[in-house]
Amino acid sequence: MKHGILLHEMEDDVGVAVEDLKKGSKIGAVTLEGKSAGSVTLVSNVPLGHKVAMRDMAKDKSVIKYGRPIGKATAAIAKGAHVHVHNVKTLRWSI
Amino acid sequence: MINPEKMKLTGYRRPDGRFGIRNHVIILPVDDISNAAANGVAALIKGTMSLPHAYGRLQFGEDLELTFRTLAGTGRNPNVAACVVIGIEPKWTERIVKEIAKTGKPVAGFSIERFGDLRTVEMASRKALEFVQYATELQREPFSVKQLVMSAKCGESDTTTGLASCPTVGRVFERLSKAGATLIFGETTELTGGEDIVQSRCVNAKVLADFNHMFEDYANLVKSQGVDLLGSQPTEGNIRGGLTTIEEKAMGNIQKIGRCKVQSALKPAEEPSGPGLHFMDSSSAAAEMITLAGAAGSVVHYFPTGQGNVIGNPIVPVMKITGNPITVATMSEHIDIDVTGVLRLEMTLDQAADQAMRVLESTINGRFTGAEGLRHDEYVMTKLYRSA
Repeated sequence: MKHGILLHEMEDDVGVAVEDLKKGSKIGAVTLEGKSAGSVTLVSNVPLGHKVAMRDMAKDKSVIKYGRPIGKATAAIAKGAHVHVHNVKTLRWSI
Repeated sequence: MINPEKMKLTGYRRPDGRFGIRNHVIILPVDDISNAAANGVAALIKGTMSLPHAYGRLQFGEDLELTFRTLAGTGRNPNVAACVVIGIEPKWTERIVKEIAKTGKPVAGFSIERFGDLRTVEMASRKALEFVQYATELQREPFSVKQLVMSAKCGESDTTTGLASCPTVGRVFERLSKAGATLIFGETTELTGGEDIVQSRCVNAKVLADFNHMFEDYANLVKSQGVDLLGSQPTEGNIRGGLTTIEEKAMGNIQKIGRCKVQSALKPAEEPSGPGLHFMDSSSAAAEMITLAGAAGSVVHYFPTGQGNVIGNPIVPVMKITGNPITVATMSEHIDIDVTGVLRLEMTLDQAADQAMRVLESTINGRFTGAEGLRHDEYVMTKLYRSA
């Protein structure tokens, strides 16, 4: 396995770690069809199944996965950072 | 690519022409207080199984109708060869018996009042023994994929379900639906964020209107409680597995239907009336949804999981499929189909779908799934509101 990150769509803002990824390592990303989507240097540890930012994102930006918004950034997110409930929330429900 | 029409499927032809892939004799309590008698019969007579549950008293309106539809549908399911129904009084018992009898299969009802548990158990056991002798004489015979009714619902999802296990089921469902099988999916609130995809697949305006009504009705129910589903959707298990929002979870979930069209929007536990893929209004809780799918006539179920949901059903064999290597390594006894190769790009989705179809074929022909062997017999009623 040469890749460590899988993307649903080439343009997605986030990819999924397919193994535990360590901060500081440079990791290759591919789409499900096996097309290379470049690489990112991890700025945090990302466990298997969790998401990695493929680019810098400003606060309030829609986060794209599956080629569509899956939520919005609640803080600025750096390329290579762990993307999860601490920096992304749903666009749908809010009390 | 495996052609579904080439699969060699065998099952039990029931008097209504439908095919079952298991041959159960079930002891079905109408209500919670008849569980003890039903369990008593199942303990006495080899080859029977009781389906205890928590409800059936003082329900009313649509909630009562759903309980009746679920109980009758369970008895009507083609995986059931014959059915003994036990209730506290004769009227509701007979109502369930009548619905099951419409399939032509052997069914008998017993009520406890004016007999007590012990005499009821004796009478019902004599009938159950007859039914087992009838069922054990039945032989499997070949049937066509056009006569297959099956369902899919995922659970303990994570990001791997959206990448591997759900799209694998989606590929299989595309093939099966083209070949004329009948397929059921549901999980109404878990479509939130991807409901436009389901809407775009509805075959006509009526199906679209029915789906929208069910989807909005569920959303309004949640709102009427003065809450939202943050904290429940995604679940803590989903979050541990890397899913962040309901939209992300929904998009993974929806991969299960592939590019299939939606032929109808069914009420919970309603039997589909024709081939193709059908949406069924249902909870996303695994035991509730599969119980409803079984009551609607599903005889086998694909269950994609990420973190490792261990659900099963007493009458519907549940096949677990996962793309998560941790789950395969730590919970292998629960996993029937390993598609972790998709994540490593060692397996295409079409190859994963072939693997899922091979397991479907052997499960239909009698091989136990992990959930069957592990006695995961979760039979859970959907309750729409509190009882009177």
